[in-house]
Amino acid sequence: MDAGADAVSFVLEAKGLQKRFGAVVAAADIDIGITAGERVSLIGSNGAGKTTFVNMITGYLKPDEGRITLSGRDITRLDPRAITRLGVARSFQIPQLYGDLTVLDNMLVATACHAQRLSFWQPARRPGAIAQADALLERFRLVEHRERRVAELPGGVRKLLDIAMALTAAPKLLLLDEPTSGVSAEEKFPMMDTIMAALGQEKGTTVLFVEHDMDIVERHADRVIAFYAGRIIADDVPAVALAADDVRRYVTGELLQE
Amino acid sequence: MAAVVPATGTPPPMARRDARVSHGRTVALGVAACAALALGGWFAPKWLTFLITMAAANGLVSLGIVGLMRGGVVPFGQGMMLAIGGYTAALVFNQLGFTDALGLALGGGVAAALVAAPFAPLLARYRGIFFAMLTLALSMVTYGLLMKLDMLGGSDGFNVSRPTLFGMALPDAHAGYILYLLAVVLATVMSLLARVYFDSTRGLVTLAVRENELRVEYLGGSVRQAMTVNFILAAFCGGMGGALAVLALGHIEPNFSFWTTSGEFVFVAILGGWQSVAAVFVASTVLEVVRSFSSAYFPNTWQLALGLFLLFVIRFLPRGIGSLWMRGPTQ
Repeated sequence: MDAGADAVSFVLEAKGLQKRFGAVVAAADIDIGITAGERVSLIGSNGAGKTTFVNMITGYLKPDEGRITLSGRDITRLDPRAITRLGVARSFQIPQLYGDLTVLDNMLVATACHAQRLSFWQPARRPGAIAQADALLERFRLVEHRERRVAELPGGVRKLLDIAMALTAAPKLLLLDEPTSGVSAEEKFPMMDTIMAALGQEKGTTVLFVEHDMDIVERHADRVIAFYAGRIIADDVPAVALAADDVRRYVTGELLQE
Repeated sequence: MAAVVPATGTPPPMARRDARVSHGRTVALGVAACAALALGGWFAPKWLTFLITMAAANGLVSLGIVGLMRGGVVPFGQGMMLAIGGYTAALVFNQLGFTDALGLALGGGVAAALVAAPFAPLLARYRGIFFAMLTLALSMVTYGLLMKLDMLGGSDGFNVSRPTLFGMALPDAHAGYILYLLAVVLATVMSLLARVYFDSTRGLVTLAVRENELRVEYLGGSVRQAMTVNFILAAFCGGMGGALAVLALGHIEPNFSFWTTSGEFVFVAILGGWQSVAAVFVASTVLEVVRSFSSAYFPNTWQLALGLFLLFVIRFLPRGIGSLWMRGPTQ
């Protein structure tokens, strides 16, 4: 298959990505192709290169070498805003919200930011935007918190809101950076179920999520990409990837390191 | 924008109320306040109408600062916009013979916005103390230029005669009252426009910029564009305030651009808070009242009274006077 055909068939394609921070190799020869509708989990120990990869896709970091394409379009050197406008959305390990605003206003900020042109007079709290925000809040079971200030909300609710905000523009590609981190063990599964059920209503959205809990990975991912020292050490369906020796050695710690 | 869910269908009753009630109520309150001030001004002593005229003019400058404060930056150089608006109005009056007060006020605003426009994209990159210092530097450069330019009257400035309004000369007995009316009407109109703007999608994104710029960019919004627009709008408000002040005072001088003048506008903006536009004009009036009475009764220590008052407000009303009647950031 030639390069042009690859670019068309993948929603996201990364070729030969390299990134170093001084002596630390954060990404080395990363080649990944993601097809539409896939649910891909990125796994790896701390410092393995998962978040660097996410940050390079979203434009926060620029790779030293390599190329990233979104539906065939080169996005390697674009800034986060331009990439967002092309259909890439993300949530954050530490939710990036507006603590002084209400949950509804946070959603309305997201809606406003996606507008092609911001209005000087169109009310942010207009019925159409509120209905759209309410529908998403409903899907994420956040309606009861609608008028509460975000600063008052528990961590799990903030995580859900962070993801709901990312979804307001119906992105082609959604990146979730550790959606269940900082959430108690008993809350993790119901929360991830809520997220995936909400995402299930998105038609054709491709999801990449960084996750440390292998039970969640097995349950919700179609495909697993494992990172270690900036390299990909496994890329397969969960049953195969999680059983790979390198993954058991460097990621899950089931095998003693040699 | 591709919506996740259709924006059609019946919105919840709460949603319908949100958009309509807020603007309808604001306009009604604004018109009522304007009418009450117009009526009250007719019976008020001249010193009081002059004081409120100046409070309205200065309040406009602080209104622009509030617009910037909502985005998380505080300019310490809005005196420059006051001076540009004031000098423009005065020069147009004296050199071109255009004497209409409304036209001069609008012209002052436009001139300040035009001068601010080339600097706005640069300033939009800076935050915190850097933004404050850069605006202060610009205002002090303007002050220096005005001091040195003899054609603009140097350090003494120059006088401006009484303006006209809609082609009519202002009668001696009511000139002060008519200028007062103009200032009150313009302040009301600008307040209503500011309220609409603060409640708009752009206004909400400005609030978001103040809290978390990174997320605004990751949601597809432009932080720099928001800050650039706010700076130009603040300049327009400042220029209009400057023109009105010159028409009321009948004199302009470089002190309009001096840093202590800019500091007073920041003082008013902090006193009023960034939630309510009406509070800005209340705070501006408070400043004028405190300044007038303090300089009359204890001339050498009036800044002390002002400082104590500001400390009191910051301690007990950290969100300003406006927080007395405004509940949340966007209400």
